[in-house]
Amino acid sequence: MSRTFLLGVELSDAGAHPAAWRSPAAEPHRLFDPRRWVDLVRTAQRGGLDLALLPDAFGVQDTAGGVRGRLDALLTACRVAPLTEGIGLVPTVTTTHTEPFHVGKAVQTLDWVSRGRAGWEIAVSRTPAEAALFGRKEAEPEDGLWAEADDVAEVVARLEDSWEDDAEIRDVATGRFVDRNKIHYVDFTGPRFSVKGASITPRSPQGRPPVVVRADSPAALRVAARRADLVRIAARDTAEAARQRAELHGLVERAGRDPRQVAVLVEVVAWLGADAPDRRARLDRWAPAGFDTVEHVGPAAGLADLVAEWSAAVDGVVVRPAVLPVDLDALVDDVVPILRERGLRPAGPPGPTLRDTLGLPRPAGRYATAGENR
Amino acid sequence: MSRKRIHLGAHFPGVNNTTVWADPRSRSQIDFTSFEHLARTAEDAKFDFFFLAEGLRLREHKGQLHELDVVGRPDTLPVLSALAAVTERLGLVGTVNTTFNEPYELARQWATLDLLSAGRAAWNLVTSSDAFHGANFRRGGFLAHADRYRRAAEVVRVARRLWDSWDADAVAPDPVGGEFLRPGGVRPFVHTGPQFDVRGTFGTPHGPQGHPVLFQAGDSAEGRDFAARDADVVFTAHSTVEAGQAFYADVKGRLAAHGRRPEDLKILPAVTVVLGDTEDEARDRARHIREQQVSGPTAIAFLEQVWGRDLTAHDPDGPLPAEDPDPDNVSITRGRVRHHRDPVALARQWREQAEANGWSIRELVIQVGDRGGFVGTPESVAARIDDAVQADACDGYILVPHLTPGGLDEFAARVVPLLQERGSFRADYTGPTLRDHLGLGPARRLSDDRGQVAG
Repeated sequence: MSRTFLLGVELSDAGAHPAAWRSPAAEPHRLFDPRRWVDLVRTAQRGGLDLALLPDAFGVQDTAGGVRGRLDALLTACRVAPLTEGIGLVPTVTTTHTEPFHVGKAVQTLDWVSRGRAGWEIAVSRTPAEAALFGRKEAEPEDGLWAEADDVAEVVARLEDSWEDDAEIRDVATGRFVDRNKIHYVDFTGPRFSVKGASITPRSPQGRPPVVVRADSPAALRVAARRADLVRIAARDTAEAARQRAELHGLVERAGRDPRQVAVLVEVVAWLGADAPDRRARLDRWAPAGFDTVEHVGPAAGLADLVAEWSAAVDGVVVRPAVLPVDLDALVDDVVPILRERGLRPAGPPGPTLRDTLGLPRPAGRYATAGENR
Repeated sequence: MSRKRIHLGAHFPGVNNTTVWADPRSRSQIDFTSFEHLARTAEDAKFDFFFLAEGLRLREHKGQLHELDVVGRPDTLPVLSALAAVTERLGLVGTVNTTFNEPYELARQWATLDLLSAGRAAWNLVTSSDAFHGANFRRGGFLAHADRYRRAAEVVRVARRLWDSWDADAVAPDPVGGEFLRPGGVRPFVHTGPQFDVRGTFGTPHGPQGHPVLFQAGDSAEGRDFAARDADVVFTAHSTVEAGQAFYADVKGRLAAHGRRPEDLKILPAVTVVLGDTEDEARDRARHIREQQVSGPTAIAFLEQVWGRDLTAHDPDGPLPAEDPDPDNVSITRGRVRHHRDPVALARQWREQAEANGWSIRELVIQVGDRGGFVGTPESVAARIDDAVQADACDGYILVPHLTPGGLDEFAARVVPLLQERGSFRADYTGPTLRDHLGLGPARRLSDDRGQVAG
């Protein structure tokens, strides 16, 4: 697996800090303006970043002092896709209340409209409040939620493979648009749902858009080991990150997968610039925030040093800018050039597909009939 | 009285044999460039909207995937979201089923699209209840056929309540005071009804249109009532001017009972258009397109839907089958609506027609499967479209091209300017939202609603 040290960014609300929207540098009136999201991703693209993660959840945020309201992340990624290139687009897609069939075709369609830059972060809806928005079932314990997420990931993977790459034949002589022998039922049956298939959407440019899991519970970690191409972890020091990565690799091997095909990225909350400590102190007076992962508060060169240090322990970082757009701007304009000088980042853009960026080959479909067909 | 303004929609070619894929000009039905091409063509021609249908299961015939038509389509809302990036004024209309989705998620996605498109979203509500589609869903086949419109109505009611739970000025960030929302600007919702029991706080502001424009497709009495109560646009089938006038009068006549005016609901039939420099040339081109649409295998499959049995042993260029249809096997094709109430009588009628005219199977299907549409010179087509609208047969048309993605290029270049010269079609957009294009008033809020639905 050949790839450079990965650099992603999470674009969340007004920034990672709950009171980010109160910062003079924030743009709280633009949170629901699609042009803001295009601007943010284009900034990340300008810095050659590998992927932009767009978090999502049902229901309104309940963080004290924080933003209220958000756009559907997958649709936002689709809105951004035609106006960007190279950078991977990874919305969070929750699996607890949404139909698995819909999840599958939505992710495939993001891959089509982005020409192969889609990924999706699997997440679950844990709260009774979210369950009440749907009124169909009670909130489940963590293990059940992730067991369901694991089944959804399985169904989505099968749906993504349900069309062979050459299923569309347009054979005028026989009048056939497709070869039905190359389109397959997925026939999934599990304790919570069953899906017949095939997908209505032909196999997308990447075949299987990469799966991201934030391993923030033992149940999530197990699903990450079985399903994820990219795993997000929180860690306060490199030793802790290395330990988590080793544990994950063990689980990945036990799941029968190759650990070299699973990238582990640590989250870094970033406040950049000489005034960063002051900015952080001001926002903390409004809404004290603690982060469960490494935090950098200070000049750009310091974050570059931190990334260099972490490059020995993990496969990349997901920067969570404390305040958008300023801490993203500083990441791109001030940190990335230093990383390039040090050879930690390539000079050119990522892509063209997200799988290319992650060093993952385009997989053959699981149903692909080898060679001759009936 | 001033001229009625014509409304025009551009339907992305569908997965049926209207769409000709065997033509050398036919391009991908799935690459984004195809969607972008048709949407840009429509916007340059000042169309009201782009229209995208939905698929929830691949069609089957005789227990196998139907191979003869275009197969495969993307997810509706993601494509419309992407098209919002490459268009500025064009309305973005998509079909999304009310049976296999939950109202909270639907309301959230449509609010998002309306925000992402700055007020151009429209939702074409369709219903279904069959186990064939249901096999792809958690709650497959759970709905009685008679309940599908009840569920749709309740989906709309819940969605409207969620959109209305945010005031238009609710997002009023006050960095000094620390309130992101204007106090009281967002209210929790509760809904208890036969289909849904949901509560909480909606997580997304509504878009510039308040509610997206709502389309209803389906000509049944239930569908007409649903449209009269809830829809802004009815998407219907093309027919004669006289039949169109009767439908128009019927549906618009149902509005008053719901406190609505005739102009609050637009009626837009789907129609195909074939142009030529002369009427003869247009007819020749239409004939050629029909031949492309009905290959030999397609003609046989068409007959099998009526006969209810395998007819592949028959020569499409030969006579119709002598045996009668199997009336008990009407579901030979699944995933597509077909109504042959008396297949035996229909088969006999077709056999007589074919014998009288000397038609082969294929020729019969070319003839009887022809849905009509406008065939003629740009001048005559423009006149017929305008006359139908001015005569209250409809309020405009949703054009269904037979080619992907260039099938409306010629209409946009040659017919639209004539409609503009007649003063019946806009020379430019006058407002930013689809409601503006369609001449619809502001969305109706459910202010007097009590949050309960009678069982």
